[in-house]
Amino acid sequence: MSTRVMPFRGSLTSREQVSVFEFSWPVIVFVPLVAVLIQIFIPVKVRFMPIVDLPFMVTIFFATARRNPITGCLTGCFIGLVQDLFAGPNHPLGMYGIALTVVGYLASSLGVKIDVENPGTRFLITFGFFGVHQGVYYGVAHGLLRQGVQWSWSHIAISALANAVLGIFVYKFLDRFKQR
Amino acid sequence: MDTFIGRYRNLIVLAAILFAQIIGLAIQVRRPSDVGETRLIRLWAVSAVTPVESAVIHSQDWVKNLWTNYIYLHGVRRENRQLRAQLEQMKIEEARLSEDARMARRIQSLLAFKEQYVDSTVAAQVIGTSGSDQSRVLYIDKGTNDGIATDMAVITPTGIVGKIVQVFPDSAQVLPINDQFSGVGAALKDSRLQGILKGGANGTTTLQYIMSDEKVVPGEDVITSGGDRIFPKGLPVGKVVSAEPGKDLFLNIRVIPAARLDQLEEVLVVTRITEKMPDAKDLTPLRASDILAERLPTVPTKTEVDAAGNAKPGSATAAPGGTTGAAGTASHPAATGTSKPSTPGATANKPAGTANPLRATPAGTSAATNGVVKPKPATPATGAVTTKPKPPSGAASNSETDANGVSAPKQETKPTPEPAPSAPSEQPSTPPTGAQPQP
Repeated sequence: MSTRVMPFRGSLTSREQVSVFEFSWPVIVFVPLVAVLIQIFIPVKVRFMPIVDLPFMVTIFFATARRNPITGCLTGCFIGLVQDLFAGPNHPLGMYGIALTVVGYLASSLGVKIDVENPGTRFLITFGFFGVHQGVYYGVAHGLLRQGVQWSWSHIAISALANAVLGIFVYKFLDRFKQR
Repeated sequence: MDTFIGRYRNLIVLAAILFAQIIGLAIQVRRPSDVGETRLIRLWAVSAVTPVESAVIHSQDWVKNLWTNYIYLHGVRRENRQLRAQLEQMKIEEARLSEDARMARRIQSLLAFKEQYVDSTVAAQVIGTSGSDQSRVLYIDKGTNDGIATDMAVITPTGIVGKIVQVFPDSAQVLPINDQFSGVGAALKDSRLQGILKGGANGTTTLQYIMSDEKVVPGEDVITSGGDRIFPKGLPVGKVVSAEPGKDLFLNIRVIPAARLDQLEEVLVVTRITEKMPDAKDLTPLRASDILAERLPTVPTKTEVDAAGNAKPGSATAAPGGTTGAAGTASHPAATGTSKPSTPGATANKPAGTANPLRATPAGTSAATNGVVKPKPATPATGAVTTKPKPPSGAASNSETDANGVSAPKQETKPTPEPAPSAPSEQPSTPPTGAQPQP
């Protein structure tokens, strides 16, 4: 039994306790890798795939399920760096790493306070954190690296919406790997 | 102290991780040319993923080909008929274009222009992408083992795709033209205005650095200018969608790429580009009399044949409007027996003077594509005197000497359709024995 319960600290929901899930090591290692692999493979065949960010969703899922900010950081850092490896020579290693580290930390911190098992909550979390993810990425690219990236509210809103909708189904699928 | 660390442990870990990554970023930015460890770790990652991607892509293609090539053949016959009809149209178009190309080559040769030719290409399959919206790099399944190197152009038959930015043993990374870090020397096809095609963060492409007082019409084709020394000049890039005044006195010209960058499956990597002078083989000297012979109406003259049966040079023409061309010297291209199949014999009765590629009509371009305009062996009926004897088979002559006795250079061109339709009226019933080539 890997599920633990912990009391809400400053709970924002009506629930008194929240489950903390754990995962086996193969799941922790291979699910992010498969997500990155799908992310770099599927856009060859599916046109709209680039606006979907599976590694980002996996980061959110693990962070909110485990509800530990430190593991959330590390998970985000690991997934982001793997994603950086394939992003081309103009993307130094660490751009996605930093963005997903912040997302992982915030998502796990938020997961301690609210119930994140609800599809509606998951939708809102994914939608909101996608904006955070893009904001941190833009900050790194523009502020630290002086890259001429463009910020488009409409594009980010559409991408966030697509990720939030798809995320509900992805999280539902990944729930199977939770150890109860 | 312990209390402080315990209380802010999460934040401290977060700060430490972020700090480490920022330091890593700084190191990479400070030493952009030093690709040591970064290159190595990327090499490992890509090398680990490439076999999986290749296997998936190729197995998928295998299934797809099995379905499309063996199982699902509905409508293939109808499509075949359509394609044949289209092919006929293309042949006619090709004949016209080849004549234009010949003319362009002659002019280039006269002006001593050097032209870039795509010498060799390697076909590659797209097996992956960067997987992010911010970077649009692609992965192909060919690498250093296949002769791929950085800064090679990547194209498709419809337009350019991008260039190679990183090469691995069995794969390579392509920076497409719609990536925000991409830049391609491009020019507008009609107005010849040159600019730089740059990609945007959202995947759009814009042609920049064209002054706002220039007139750019939507729909105009954009081609490569060759200024980037990567893409050969004249390859299709895309089409202008809109042109609006931008900042800094330059137009903001949106271009839609000719190649479907979001649906790429196979691409060609240009592995070698050669720069050479166009062939000057068509630049045979012309005499005024030859030009006049073409322009003036044919004057019927007698054919003089010596005792050996050899026709004397310059002494023969045929009856105008007869079944054959008057062959004072070499014939009009169309009269070489290689006239356009669609209009057989249309120019057969045209006075035929010296081989005159500069005046070749489209009807004679079939001959042109077969090489230089070569003299047709004379027929007994016409009494042509300046050509080689025609082989008994009636095949086109392979003579390399033109009507003026100027050696015609060999040319590597596509075989043209057999000019059979016009041949019968021009072919002798018996093989000529008396015609001799003019010295």
